[in-house]
Amino acid sequence: MKLLVAVKRVVDYNVKVRVKPDGSGIDLQNVKMSMNPFDEIALEEAIRMKERGQATEVVVVSVGPKQAQETLRAALAMGADRAILVPTEERTEPLGVAKVLKVIAEREGADLILLGKQAIDDDSNQTGQMLAALMLCGQACFASAINVGDGKLEVTREIDGGLETLELPLPAVVTVDLRLNEPRYASLPNIMKAKSKPLSEISPDDIGVDLHPRLAVVRVSEPPARTGGRMVSSVDELLAALRDEAGVLKGA
Amino acid sequence: MRTLVVAEHDNSNLAEATSRMVAAAIRLGSEVDVLVAGNGCANAAGEVSAFHGVDRVLVAEDPSLEHRLAEPLADLVFWLAVGYGAILAPATSFGKNVLPRVAALLDVMQISDVIEIVDASTFRRPIYAGNAIETVRSDESKKLLTVRPTAFPPAKSGGAARIEQVEIPDLASPTTFVRLDAASSDRPELGSARIVVSGGRALGSREEFERLILPLADKLGAAVGASRAAVDSGFVSNDCQVGQTGKIVAPELYFACGISGAIQHLAGMKDSRVIVAINKDEDAPIFAVADFGLVGDLFELLPELTQKL
Repeated sequence: MKLLVAVKRVVDYNVKVRVKPDGSGIDLQNVKMSMNPFDEIALEEAIRMKERGQATEVVVVSVGPKQAQETLRAALAMGADRAILVPTEERTEPLGVAKVLKVIAEREGADLILLGKQAIDDDSNQTGQMLAALMLCGQACFASAINVGDGKLEVTREIDGGLETLELPLPAVVTVDLRLNEPRYASLPNIMKAKSKPLSEISPDDIGVDLHPRLAVVRVSEPPARTGGRMVSSVDELLAALRDEAGVLKGA
Repeated sequence: MRTLVVAEHDNSNLAEATSRMVAAAIRLGSEVDVLVAGNGCANAAGEVSAFHGVDRVLVAEDPSLEHRLAEPLADLVFWLAVGYGAILAPATSFGKNVLPRVAALLDVMQISDVIEIVDASTFRRPIYAGNAIETVRSDESKKLLTVRPTAFPPAKSGGAARIEQVEIPDLASPTTFVRLDAASSDRPELGSARIVVSGGRALGSREEFERLILPLADKLGAAVGASRAAVDSGFVSNDCQVGQTGKIVAPELYFACGISGAIQHLAGMKDSRVIVAINKDEDAPIFAVADFGLVGDLFELLPELTQKL
C-alpha cells in the first residue's frame, strides 16, 4: 500500500495571532510557523502503517510557499520517505489544493491519502472531502481509529453524539481527528538524515491546475471583544447575580 | 434561484441544527426548500414542513441514504443542485462531511462555518479558531455554505410546506456503514444545550469530575463539557471537549469550573451569553471573558452551588 500525506504550513498553534490594522489579513511577520497539527497526526499514522509493514512508501506533499520546504523537511525527519512541494504564492483554497492532490495521488498511484481534518489557519475542513469527490472514491472524515485490511480499511469516525465505523475499499481518502494518535518528535539523527531524502518540486502549471483563489477576502477583523464582568465573593452572590442581573436562572 | 437546505436528522428525529439552517436560508432572500434524505424519514420531513418560511420539503428515501453516508448523499445533492443558487448544511460533523464533497462535484469553492450573512454573496466566518473574523465574497454561480447553528435562531413554527417525494438517481457508495456507537446520555446534547457546565484539569480525577460536575449539571438540566486538558487526562470522554478542536458551543449560560482559559478553550465557548468562571487562581485568563467570576476552592464551592440551586 502506497501512502500520500498532505501537509500544510500554518501559524504555530501556540501563537496568538494578530489582525493587521488595515484589515487585510493576519500579521505573519516574524511569527513561528509549523506543520498543521492535524496533518502531523495524519503523517504519524502513515509512518506507523509503514512500520507495521502495512505500507511500502510514505510520500508527503505540500501546496504552498517556498518556505513549506521546511515543513516537508520536518515531515521527512518524522519518517516520510519522499517529499513533493507544489509551490505557489497564491492564498491557497481547499478546492485548488484538492485538484493538485488528485493529480499527484494519481501520478503516484497512492492507495490511501491521509490528511488532517482541517488546517488551523483557515479552519475550512474541506480538502479531504473535496479530494475524495474528485477521485470518485470513498471518504472517512474525522478518523479516531484506522484498521487496515486486505484492499480495504475500517475507519472509526468521531461524529456528534458518538463514534461511527465505516468500511472503505482502496483507494480512499481519510481525514484524521485529534485522538487518532500522538505524533512523535523527530530525533536528531533523523533530522540529519532527512536532509538527504528526496524533495522535488512540481509547479502547478505542470499539473494544469489553476490555484487562483475563487473567493475574495473583503476584510479580516478582530472578533467582537468580550469584556470581563465582575468578581463575586460568594456562591450566594453568584446565584443572586445569575437570577436578578443576568436573568438566566429561574426562581429558587 | 432558490435556496436548498440539507436537513440533518436520524430518520426519526430532526437535529435542532436544521431549524437554524432554515432561519439562515431565509436571510438569503430566496424561496427555501429543505431536502430530507434518508430511509423511513417521514417523521423528520413532517417536522420540517411545520417551519415557517419553508416552501417545499423534498423527501428522498433510499436504503443507500439510511446512514447519511457522504458519497450517496453528495451525489443526490449534486443531482438536485440545478435551479439552486445556494445550498446550506449545518457546520456539524454531518454537514462538514457531506457539503465539501458536493462543492467539489459542482466545482464550487465552499464557505465554511458561516456566522453572519451580510448579503446573498457576502459572509462572515471565524478563522484561526475564532481569533479573527473573515468577511468573504463569493462570485461562484452557486454559494455552498456550512453554517454554524448557534449563530442563527431556530426557525419559527406555523409553516405548512408541501412535502414532495423526489426522483432519486442511482446512488452507489463505495463506503459501507458498519456500526454506530452512540454516546448514551440523558443529558442535553452539548451543541444545543441552554446551559453547559464544564470542568477542567483542576478537578484532579475522573472521580472528582463525576462527583462535582455531574450533580451540578443535573440540577441545572445542563449538558456536560470539559477542557481539552480534562479530556486528555481521561476525566471525561472525548465528545465532551469544548474548544477549537472540540465542540463550539454558545449556550445561554456557561459554567467554567477549574478551567484556566487557554485560547483553545475560549475559542469554543466565548460566544456564550453569560459566562461564569470558578477557579482558585485569580489570575486565570478565564476571568477576562467571564461575566461573573468566583475565586475559591472548587471542592467547596461546587457542592455548595449544587445544594443551593
